[in-house]
Amino acid sequence: MELSKDLLLKLYKDMVRIRTFELKAEELFLQGKLPGFIHLYIGEEAIAVGAMANLRVEDYITSTHRGHGHMIAKGASMRRMMAELYGKKHGYCKGKGGSMHIADVSIGVLGANGEVGGGLPIAVGAGMAIKLQKKDNVVVSFFGDGASNRGSFHESLNWASVFKLPVIFLNENNQFASTERVQETTSVENIADRAVGYNIPGVTIDGNDVLAVYETVKEAVERARNGGGPTLIEAKTYRIKGHFVGDPQLYRTKEEVEMKWTNEPIGRFEKTLFEGGFLNDKAKEKIWKEARAEVEDAVKFAEEDEYPVPEEALEDLFEDSTNCLY
Amino acid sequence: MREITFSEALGEAILEEMSRDPTIFTYGEDIAKQGGIFGAYKPILGKYQDRIIDTPISEEVIFGSALGAALAGMRPVAEFHFADFLFTGMAAIANQIMKFKYMTGGQGKLHLILRGPDGISKSAAAQHSESIETIFMHIPGIKVIIPSTPYDMKGLFKTALKSDDPVICFEHKMLYAKKGPVPEEEYYIPFGVADVKREGRDVTVIATSRMVHESLAAAEELSKEGISVEVVDLRTLIPWDKETVFKSVKKTHKVVIAHETWRRAGWGAEIAATIQEELFDYLDAPIRRVGAKNVHIPFSPPLQDFVVPDRKSVIEAIRSVL
Repeated sequence: MELSKDLLLKLYKDMVRIRTFELKAEELFLQGKLPGFIHLYIGEEAIAVGAMANLRVEDYITSTHRGHGHMIAKGASMRRMMAELYGKKHGYCKGKGGSMHIADVSIGVLGANGEVGGGLPIAVGAGMAIKLQKKDNVVVSFFGDGASNRGSFHESLNWASVFKLPVIFLNENNQFASTERVQETTSVENIADRAVGYNIPGVTIDGNDVLAVYETVKEAVERARNGGGPTLIEAKTYRIKGHFVGDPQLYRTKEEVEMKWTNEPIGRFEKTLFEGGFLNDKAKEKIWKEARAEVEDAVKFAEEDEYPVPEEALEDLFEDSTNCLY
Repeated sequence: MREITFSEALGEAILEEMSRDPTIFTYGEDIAKQGGIFGAYKPILGKYQDRIIDTPISEEVIFGSALGAALAGMRPVAEFHFADFLFTGMAAIANQIMKFKYMTGGQGKLHLILRGPDGISKSAAAQHSESIETIFMHIPGIKVIIPSTPYDMKGLFKTALKSDDPVICFEHKMLYAKKGPVPEEEYYIPFGVADVKREGRDVTVIATSRMVHESLAAAEELSKEGISVEVVDLRTLIPWDKETVFKSVKKTHKVVIAHETWRRAGWGAEIAATIQEELFDYLDAPIRRVGAKNVHIPFSPPLQDFVVPDRKSVIEAIRSVL
């Protein structure tokens, strides 16, 4: 495949930026600095990055409770993300949403989502809007293996197929729905097989191979932009970390996780880049150093930011909330 | 003034706004060809057909897609077919539409409308007869309009089509064919402004939707005995017009609240609680609530008539406070 060095390095950099952000978020959470709970994207970076490299700012995505990676790859500000994780005033949601509800409508992120499968109908709606507006934008809806067992998934695929909407359903099959293994809860071996029932293309790929993700999404995006309708892509990956930070992970062994670390996407892509002469030790160190600096800057921004004043809890329910709060 | 039906009033509101706003579109089950299960859309058929769309029976997407379409710049009007089926797609409403703006710190303009029929008809039984507006008043995040006349339907719906917040509109099945005066000239009715449908001195009846008409009939009957009943139509529940209600209570000192939804924890309980908290000294009698008995809407006509309130229930409640 003929990809430019710039693109290859951008893919690598964005994966590193996500990994660095997530490792820091984990550390901060374990230090007790972040309220609530967080779900880490570690080990799944190739999917967000490979997909998003095909999108324009005006294209839309819907994300999940494990959404930090999607935000970063779509171009969000780490400062405002980190401030939101802290519950601070200048976070993306002014401290009202936290990790699971981060959104940036201005760059097309129509919300992370605390409800498994909650984003799919929203993506379909954005697809309807694009079609009515006769634009050539697309929507990528990220969702997990667990979400593929929800009614919203099945309703959304049927609907998008019937109306030939420009929506790419990008399943991140990380093998676990919370504590449950996908094999124990899902009727098919490959979630992409479900595309048959909705008369749309379905393809299963190695989700830890960023180039495979890039190429597959590229084809689906082109089809969607040209009026060819939706695609279901299943990117098989592995959730290296627990469901949430602090998950005792009684459902799997340490050995299994250690074995999976050898297949994580950044190390794999690094090898490809080194072999192709696109990356060396020095350049690699620089990329990681820059990512750490960006994350540290975000932490500093968040720590120095103020908390919202309590009364701000009464804002943002409506554009016009006159007489709507009693 | 000319008289048109409730359905025609809805249709006029949609067509007038569609003609100047290309982002408005409407979709749902059985609307584009049939004009809706109760014919509510018949007046708009044949115009803007590309913006009136029949959909699969997929309630979670019917509602959830409205959020996505609004965020992507459109003004969707999603029909819910029967209020009972709001529950079928409730995840998309209560977890997505109603929370999105707040939990994202005020992002996006959620100009979307959910609208459709509610309430009883002729023996539609438990899954096609519910009035569930209270639930949408209870959970924060959507404006609730519940008109009783063609005039109010048109004016409120036109305002809804200009609103940048989510709106849910409950249209009682038994009102669609009802006629009423609607001026030719364009007008809008703001949310949160109640309408005194009949002035009176002795008791205030606060009602919405079909129960406004039952209350007016009750008032007419009691007037023969010299009892003067004021009927206040709230028209919208979020926001609701405290000022007009309080003004009336201060005048009559006696209150009856009438709705078709269940009496237990129906919205009347909220209004009653607010009145007693803030106007206790003005009250000369306990506030009485009229609502459905706390069971489901049964099929057989005598059973339905027994469970659902009507003008006789209102008259009885009024007599008990005088």
